[in-house]
Amino acid sequence: MSEQIQKITVTIDGKTVEVDPGTTILNAARQIGGEVVPPAMCYYKPLKGSGGKCRTCLVEVSKGSEKDPRPMPKLVASCSTTVMDGMEVKNKSSERVVDARKGVVEFLLINHPLDCPVCDQAGECSLQDLAFEHGADTSRYEFKRREFDKIDIGEYIKLHMTRCILCYRCVYVANQLTPNREHGILKRGDAAEISTYIQNSLDNEFIGNVIDVCPVGALTDKTFRFRSRVWYTKPMDASCDCGKCGGKAVLWMIGNEIARVTARKDQYGEVEEFICNDCRFNKKDLKDWNVEGPRKISRHSVISTNHYEKVAPAHTPLLNKA
Amino acid sequence: MSRKLLLNNIHVEGIHTYDVYRKTGGYAAVEKALKSMSPDDVVEEVKKSGLRGRGGAGFPTGMKWSFIAKPEGVPRHLLCNADESEPGTFKDRYLMEKIPHLLIEGMILSSFALGCEQSYIYIRGEYMYVLRILEKAIAEAYQNGWLGKNIKGSGYNLDLSVSPGAGAYICGEETALIESLEGKRGNPRMKPPFPAIQGLWQRPTVVNNVETICAVVPIVNEGGDAYAQIGIGRSTGTKLISAGGNINKPGVYELELGVSVEEFIYGDQYCGGIKNGKKLKACVPGGSSVPILPHYLVCKTAEGNDRLMSYESLADGGFANGSMLGSGGFIIYDEDQCIVRNTWNFSRFYHHESCGQCSPCREGTGWMEKVLHRLEYGHGKMEDIDLLWDIQRKIEGNTICPLGDAAAWPVAAAIRHFREEFEWHVKEPNACTTRNYGLVKEKVFEKVNA
Ligand SMILES: Cc1cc2nc3c(=O)[nH]c(=O)nc-3n(C[C@H](O)[C@H](O)[C@H](O)COP(=O)(O)O)c2cc1C
Ligand code: SF4
Ligand code: SF4
Ligand code: FES
Repeated sequence: MSEQIQKITVTIDGKTVEVDPGTTILNAARQIGGEVVPPAMCYYKPLKGSGGKCRTCLVEVSKGSEKDPRPMPKLVASCSTTVMDGMEVKNKSSERVVDARKGVVEFLLINHPLDCPVCDQAGECSLQDLAFEHGADTSRYEFKRREFDKIDIGEYIKLHMTRCILCYRCVYVANQLTPNREHGILKRGDAAEISTYIQNSLDNEFIGNVIDVCPVGALTDKTFRFRSRVWYTKPMDASCDCGKCGGKAVLWMIGNEIARVTARKDQYGEVEEFICNDCRFNKKDLKDWNVEGPRKISRHSVISTNHYEKVAPAHTPLLNKA
Repeated sequence: MSRKLLLNNIHVEGIHTYDVYRKTGGYAAVEKALKSMSPDDVVEEVKKSGLRGRGGAGFPTGMKWSFIAKPEGVPRHLLCNADESEPGTFKDRYLMEKIPHLLIEGMILSSFALGCEQSYIYIRGEYMYVLRILEKAIAEAYQNGWLGKNIKGSGYNLDLSVSPGAGAYICGEETALIESLEGKRGNPRMKPPFPAIQGLWQRPTVVNNVETICAVVPIVNEGGDAYAQIGIGRSTGTKLISAGGNINKPGVYELELGVSVEEFIYGDQYCGGIKNGKKLKACVPGGSSVPILPHYLVCKTAEGNDRLMSYESLADGGFANGSMLGSGGFIIYDEDQCIVRNTWNFSRFYHHESCGQCSPCREGTGWMEKVLHRLEYGHGKMEDIDLLWDIQRKIEGNTICPLGDAAAWPVAAAIRHFREEFEWHVKEPNACTTRNYGLVKEKVFEKVNA
C-alpha cells in the first residue's frame, strides 16, 4: 500500500508553497519562482553533493517550523538546508540577507580579473548576473589580484584559473560523470586551484561537461574560444543519434556554421542532460544534426533583451537615459 | 596549590613507559570499568562529572556521547583529536609526550563507553616524534593485553592506531578531520548530518580532544560526583592551560577551574608575573581564535568582579567585554607589544589555514591580512579600520565551519578595544614602525548596583 506523502508548507518572502519533505529551501523557492529565488553559484541540481560553498544563497529563517518556531540565529545556505513544516524564510525581504549577499559578491569579485570584455563567458556568466543584481557598484579592494597561468587541459578545454570562483562543480562532474578521477583541487585557501595535476589532459567521453557547469569563464571550449560574443550567435535546439549520450544539444550558430555545441540548460543554468565530447567538440557540421528549431533561452541574464533597462539601478544614469 | 588529576605523576621518572605508568596506578580505571561497570555506567559517570570538551567549544562530553546513534550492526568510532594547531596552545603535546599511556587508557575507557571497537588518534603532522612515542606506548599496551581481542578476559575488543595529518589547522575541525582520516582533502563537511549520526565512513562517530579523553581516567577512578566537586559551577574539574607570551614562567599548568586570573598570571606557582617587571597590556585567554582582552578587562570583569579561569567567568561580558576559555592557550602581552602587529599575525595564520571552500573565508581572510599589513607598516588609511570591521562582520556567521568566525573574532576584538592604537598607526606612520603605542586608555564602566 502506498501512502500519500505528507506535503509540508513553507513560506518564503510571504509566498507560501507546499513541497515534499526533504526539499531544500532553494528548491522550494524555485517552485514559487521569480524574485523569491536566491541566487546559487555552486549548487547544481544534477550534481550530487554540490552546494553550500559559495554562500550567495544565504537566507534568514525567521521561523524554524510550526513545532519549534524559534528563528535560526545564523543565516543558512538555502541550497543545503531542508525545509520544515511551517518554516518561514526571508530572502530579499531580509536586510541581513541583502547585506550578507552583497558581502559575498564582493568577496567573489576581489580576486576576479574582471576581464569580461575578453572573456568568452560574458553574456552567459552567472557571476556577471550576480554582481549586477546583488553587488555594489565599486570595489573596496586595492591589492594585487590572484593570478594563475592559463593552461590547456586536454585537446578541447582551456582552464583560466584566475577567473575561477571555486564552486567545485567541475570537480563533481569529473567525479560523477567520468570513469577516472583526474581532476580536483590543489592547495588551500585563496591559493587553491582546479587542476589535473601536472596538467594531465582530461580526455574521457564526458569531461566536456565541465565547461557547461562552470558558472564563470574559467573553463571554456577551445573550439569556440574568441570566435564570437555569445549574443551574436543564434541558439538552435538540435538532436542526433548518439550512442554515448542522449544527443540532445543546443547549436550556437553563426550564419549556417555551428560555432559551438552545448548541452541544454534551464532557467537556472542547470544542464538538462549531459552530452558527450563527440557531440560537443566533433559534430560541427549541420549534417550531423537534426535541427528542431530556435531555442528560447529562458534563463535570465544581464544580456537578455531589455534587461538593463528593466533593472538598471539609479546609480547608472547612462543606462537609465538610454 | 590546586589539585592535579592529569599531571600528578608527570615528574615521575620513566612515566612514559608502561611499567612505571602501571606501577603508579595506571590502567586501574580500565580494570575497574571492565570488571564492574557497563558502558552506560561509564557514560553516566562522565555525565555526572560535568566534564566539558577541552578542544575549544566546551560542549558537555557526557551529552555528546549520549547523542551517538546506535543502529544495529553498524560499527561506531571514537576519534581523538590531537591536531592541536591553535596558536598559543600546546597542552595536548605535553600530555602525549610525557604520559602517553594516560591517553591510551582514556581511549580504552571512552571507546568502551561508546561501544567502539576501532578507534583512532589523529595527530598533527608536525608532531611526528610524538606519534612515535604514542606508537611505542600503543605497542606496549597491546603486549600487556590492554588492547586487542578480549581485553583482560572481558570479551571487549578494541584496536587503536595513530594517523598523522599533513600540517593543516583545518583538519582539527572535526568533520575535516574525518575527511582527512578517510584519505580525502581536509574540507569541513556541511552539518547536518552530525558526526554522531554519520561520521567516519558514514558511521556514528565521536570526536574528542586529547585532554577530554584523558580526563575520563580520573572520572572513572574517583567517580563523576567527586570530579564535579572540583572546579566552580558548571566549570568542573581541572584544566590544562598553555601559558605563553611575556610571562616569567611559560609552560603547561593544570589548575582547578575557578582559580582567579590574577593569581594565574602573578602567582608564583603559575606564570610568575609579567617578565622584566613590565606592565600587562592585553591577554588572549583561550588560543588565537578568542577575543583579546585589554589590560583593564583581564583580571576584572566590566562589572568589577574578579575574573576567574572558568568557562563562564572568561566569557563574562560577552563579545563586548569578555572572551572565552577556548582551548586554554593563554597568551600575555606586555606594554611593549603591538596589537596591530599581533592582529596581523593572527590574520596571516587564518589566511594561510583557510581551506578555501567558502567564499567569505577564502577571500575575506586574505583581504583582512593585507589591510592589517598595510596598517602595521604605516601605509594604512583611517577608512581601513572600518573596512576591516566590515570584512570581519561579513565573514562571521556566514561560513561552513567556525574557522571563519575564528578569523573574524580576533580582528573584531582588537578594533573594539584598541581602536585608538589602530588610529595611531594611521596618524603616526613613521613612529609606528619604530616604536610601540603602549597601553590603551582604561575604559571606565558604570558599576552595576546589585
Ligand atoms: C578550525 C578549527 C580547528 C580546530 N582544531 C582543534 C584541535 O586542534 N584540537 C581539538 O581538540 N579541537 C579542535 N577543534 C574543535 C573540534 O572541531 C571539536 O569541536 C573538538 O575536537 C571536540 O572535542 P571536545 O568536545 O573534546 O572538545 C577545532 C575546530 C575548528 C573549527
Ligand atoms: S573552474 Fe569553473 S566549475 Fe570549476 S570550480 Fe572553478 S568556477 Fe567552478
Ligand atoms: S570557513 Fe574557511 S576553513 Fe571553514 S569551510 Fe569555509 S573556507 Fe573552509
Ligand atoms: S548555492 Fe548555496 S552555497 Fe552556493
